[in-house]
Amino acid sequence: MLALDRVSKTYPNGVEALARFSAEIRQGEIIAIIGGSGCGKSTLLRAVAGLDRASSGCVTLDDETISSPHAKIGIIFQEPRLLPWLSVADNIGFGLADLPATERREKVARALERVGLADKAQAWPRELSGGQAQRVAIARALVPRPEVLLLDEPFSALDAFTRRDLQDHLLDLWADTRPTLILVTHDVDEAVVLADRVLVMRPRPGRLFDQIEINLGRPRDRNSPLFENFKRSVLTSLDRSLDRSVPDRDATQGPGQAMWW
Amino acid sequence: MAMISDAPVLQQTSEPAEGAAMRSRLSRYARPVLGVLLPLTLALGWEIAVWSGWSNGRLVPPPSRVLATIAELVRSGELVRHITATLWRVGLGFAFGVIAGTLLGAVSGYWSLARRLLDPTVQALRAIPSLAWVPLFILWLGIFETSKIALIAVGVFFPVYLGVMGAILSVDRKIVEVGRTFRLSGPAMIRRILLPAVLPAYVVSLRVGLGLGWMFVVAAELIGASEGLGYLLLDGQQLGKPAQILAAIVIFAVLGKLTDWLIEVAAAPFLRWQDAFGRARGA
Repeated sequence: MLALDRVSKTYPNGVEALARFSAEIRQGEIIAIIGGSGCGKSTLLRAVAGLDRASSGCVTLDDETISSPHAKIGIIFQEPRLLPWLSVADNIGFGLADLPATERREKVARALERVGLADKAQAWPRELSGGQAQRVAIARALVPRPEVLLLDEPFSALDAFTRRDLQDHLLDLWADTRPTLILVTHDVDEAVVLADRVLVMRPRPGRLFDQIEINLGRPRDRNSPLFENFKRSVLTSLDRSLDRSVPDRDATQGPGQAMWW
Repeated sequence: MAMISDAPVLQQTSEPAEGAAMRSRLSRYARPVLGVLLPLTLALGWEIAVWSGWSNGRLVPPPSRVLATIAELVRSGELVRHITATLWRVGLGFAFGVIAGTLLGAVSGYWSLARRLLDPTVQALRAIPSLAWVPLFILWLGIFETSKIALIAVGVFFPVYLGVMGAILSVDRKIVEVGRTFRLSGPAMIRRILLPAVLPAYVVSLRVGLGLGWMFVVAAELIGASEGLGYLLLDGQQLGKPAQILAAIVIFAVLGKLTDWLIEVAAAPFLRWQDAFGRARGA
């Protein structure tokens, strides 16, 4: 289980990006974090990734405190961030340097097959389309079998069609090993398609505002009325989060939480 | 891009495609020819001008006389001696300059403390015209090889130092972050992220450094040498042999281009991944 306990982050210039964010996330759960700009979504994700340290509070994975990048936690960024001097196959195998070459090759070949880019193994990153590059980034993050995979607006730079395709693809890959997914997004559709639970954050300072369970079976039909219902409730919550006249509710004791435990 | 434009040409064998293939083959040979067209025309024009008596070609000898001088120097074995001396000086000076520039540049680029300590001094030294060192080097190191090599090394050092430091400082933070998420140790980060990221800029700085090395070898040899291409220049001036001066200049040009090309060719296999403007144009 991934536990965030009153995680706060104040930047040296005094900006309070994140204030006392707490959440408990079960192994294998898919969480979408959504919120207006400047609500600390990315700050939160970077703290969980161990890339930045929280000013106070702590992140623990199975009772292990996360203060630097951890082997069990992978991350996918908004840009693919492939290393341009490595072939696609070597990019995917980047995190497997400790393995013997044959084993590494095998895993990379399987991952390439899995993301449908087997024919691109020896291509350079510059020869890939945006969607293909992001697939390689997904494969690179998944190949060391992380228990937690963080995604920072991973599909926001892609066109709508490619985005849908990759969302389905991500779920498909997720089903292989069922890692915990934490997805930061500003796309309500994406949150409802993917997540078991949507956390809505509100800005200045960034904090948890609401959480919404998406009790929908998979695969989810984007056109079903039920899907529309969930989308509407996420949107409503998002609107309320940006409305300053709505007071904070104590999110840790919210109704969503009660349904889980 | 070159790959994409070539592919259909290779697959199809119809008339227009063959025409295109022919054209592309033609352009492959035509491009270098285009480059030598202007100097060749000028040379030929001058040759004709002297041959037909419009000019006596005493101060500006025609190409045939320059070539004859080179041939004569080759026959007497002089040329090999001069070229060896010059190449040896450039090679040693370049090696020392590159080693020092790379080490200090890497240290300044990697550790900000070292940069604060070192960089202001290096920048101040860089502001000194390098030729101003000559009297001092001669006093310290004598008039023979050591002072010449030191001067060349100084010339090579600065562009390499600046290139390496600048390249390290401008490595994309996002790429470094990828290394961090995979928990690379310091040395692994250097080997797997920083070195490859810095390489293109490093090669450029080596080429700039080499260019300066050739510049400074002339200066060093003009100041006092008994052999070398620079000596050949000076000798030609003092004895009034313009053909010999031009011969030395031509050989400088050839050697400079050749050594630059060597660096380019040696680096090419490591830079195939680059997504650059020049590559897209098939240059």
